[in-house]
Amino acid sequence: MIEFNFSVVLAQWPMLLRGLGLTAALTAASALLGSLLGTACAWARLHGTAVLKQVVGGYVELVRNTPFIIQLFFIFFGLPSLGVRLSVEVACVLAMVLNLGAYACEIIRAGLLATSRGQIEAAMSLALTPWQIFSRVVLPPALARIWPALVSQIVIVMLGSAVCGQISAEELSQAANLISSRTFRSFESYIIATLAYLALAVALRQLLNWAGPRFIFVSR
Amino acid sequence: MKSKALSTLAGLFAGVLLLCTSPAQADDSLTAVLAKKSIALGVASDFPPYGYMGPDFKLTGVDVATAQLIADKLGVKAEFVPVSTPNRIPYLQTKKIDLIVSALGKNAEREKVIDFTVAYAPFFQAVFGPKALSIKSFADLAGKTIAVTRGTIQDDVLQQMAPPTLKTMRFEDDATTVAAFISQQTQLLATGAAVAAAAIQKNPQVQAEYKLLLKDSPNFIGVRKGETALLNRVNEILRAAKADGTLEAYSQKWLGRGTGVLPD
Repeated sequence: MIEFNFSVVLAQWPMLLRGLGLTAALTAASALLGSLLGTACAWARLHGTAVLKQVVGGYVELVRNTPFIIQLFFIFFGLPSLGVRLSVEVACVLAMVLNLGAYACEIIRAGLLATSRGQIEAAMSLALTPWQIFSRVVLPPALARIWPALVSQIVIVMLGSAVCGQISAEELSQAANLISSRTFRSFESYIIATLAYLALAVALRQLLNWAGPRFIFVSR
Repeated sequence: MKSKALSTLAGLFAGVLLLCTSPAQADDSLTAVLAKKSIALGVASDFPPYGYMGPDFKLTGVDVATAQLIADKLGVKAEFVPVSTPNRIPYLQTKKIDLIVSALGKNAEREKVIDFTVAYAPFFQAVFGPKALSIKSFADLAGKTIAVTRGTIQDDVLQQMAPPTLKTMRFEDDATTVAAFISQQTQLLATGAAVAAAAIQKNPQVQAEYKLLLKDSPNFIGVRKGETALLNRVNEILRAAKADGTLEAYSQKWLGRGTGVLPD
C-alpha cells in the first residue's frame, strides 16, 4: 500500500512557486508574441505576395508537422553549431512563440475567411484603406469568432511548456522532477504538479475569456 | 502430476503473498523471485560501458553481465527492464523491478529509501571542461555554468560543495547533459568518467579534459527496503564472484582497468 507524505514535497514550496512563476511568464510572453505572429502570418497567407505566401505556408507546415520537443532541441542544441547561442529562457520563449504562431495562423486565417464579402465591399465603398479594412472591419469579428479555439491553443502551449524542463528551464515540471528526485516522493510531487497545472490552465482560460471581449475585440 | 499441482499451488500461494506483502510482514523476497522463476532487473540501456545496446541490439556492459550472473546463480530467468537515472528508484519502490543494477552509487539520502548490496564495479564522478579553463578547486567553479543530470550524485555534491554563483543546469538524462556541454551551452560538464570519456573521444573539437573529482563512488545493487533474504543471497553471489575473479574480468573487459578495492 502506498503511503502519501505531502509534507516533504510541500516543504519545497519556494521551488514550486518559482517553477509556477516561470511557467506563467513563459506562457504570457509566448501567448502575446505568438498571437501577434499568428495574426501577421494569417494576413500574409491571405493578402501577401506569392513568395510571402509560400514562405509562410512552409513555416506553418514545418511547425505543425514536427514535434515540439524536436523544435526546442533544434533551437537549443542545434543553433549553437551555427553560432547562435540563446539562453534557456529565450530558447523556450522562441520555441513556444514559433509553435503557437503556426497554429494561431491557421486558426485566425479561418476566422478571416469567414468574413462575408458584403462587409468588405461595404467598407471599400466607404473609401477605407486596405489596412483600415483589415484592422477595423475584418479582424475584430474574426477574432471574436475564433477566440475559444485560440484560447484552447494557448492553453495547449502552456501545458506544452512542461517540455522546457528538458533543456534545464526551471519551470513547474522541472521543479516537480527535482523535488521528486530529492525527496523520492515522486507520486506526491506529480500530484501537486498536476493540480498546479490544472489550476493554471483554468485560470488562464478564465482570464482570456474575460479579457478577449473587453480588450482584444469589442463584442457587440 | 502431483508435483506439478503442488508447484502451481506454491506459485499461487507466493502470488497471494506478494499481493499482501507489506514491510511489516515476513520477508519472502527471495522465495517470491524463485517461485516466479524470473527476476526483473533494472539496467541502463544508454550508459556505456555499464549498460547499453550492443551492435547486435542486445543489452550489454558491466551491469548487464553482473545482472545476468545474479539471475544465473539464482537459477531464474533474467528479465531486463531499461531504467533511467531519475526513474530507477521509483521503479524499484513501485515493484516494477526487483533489483537496480544500473551504475547506482550509494549516499545517505538513498540509504533512507532503499538497501544496498556490496559493491560490484568501480565508478567515479568528476567535473570536465575545456583545456583553456583552469579549475583546481570547488571555489574555481564560481560564476561558471555546468551541465548535470538531475537527481544524480554529481548533482547532490555540486549542490553541497560548489559556490552558489555556479549556475547548475539540470537535464533529464546523460545524453542531453552531454549534448548541452558539447554544443557549448554550458562551460563545464559533471558526469561519470565513462560517459565523459566517450563524449570527449567523439567530440575532439571541445578540447575537454578531467578537472575536478566530485566523488569516488563504486556501484552497488539497489534492493527494496526490508528484502533482506534477497539482499543476502545477492551479496553471497557477488562475494563469490569477487573471490573467483569474475568481477575483475568484467571490469577489465568493459572499463579497461581492474576493480581496485571495492568496499564490502
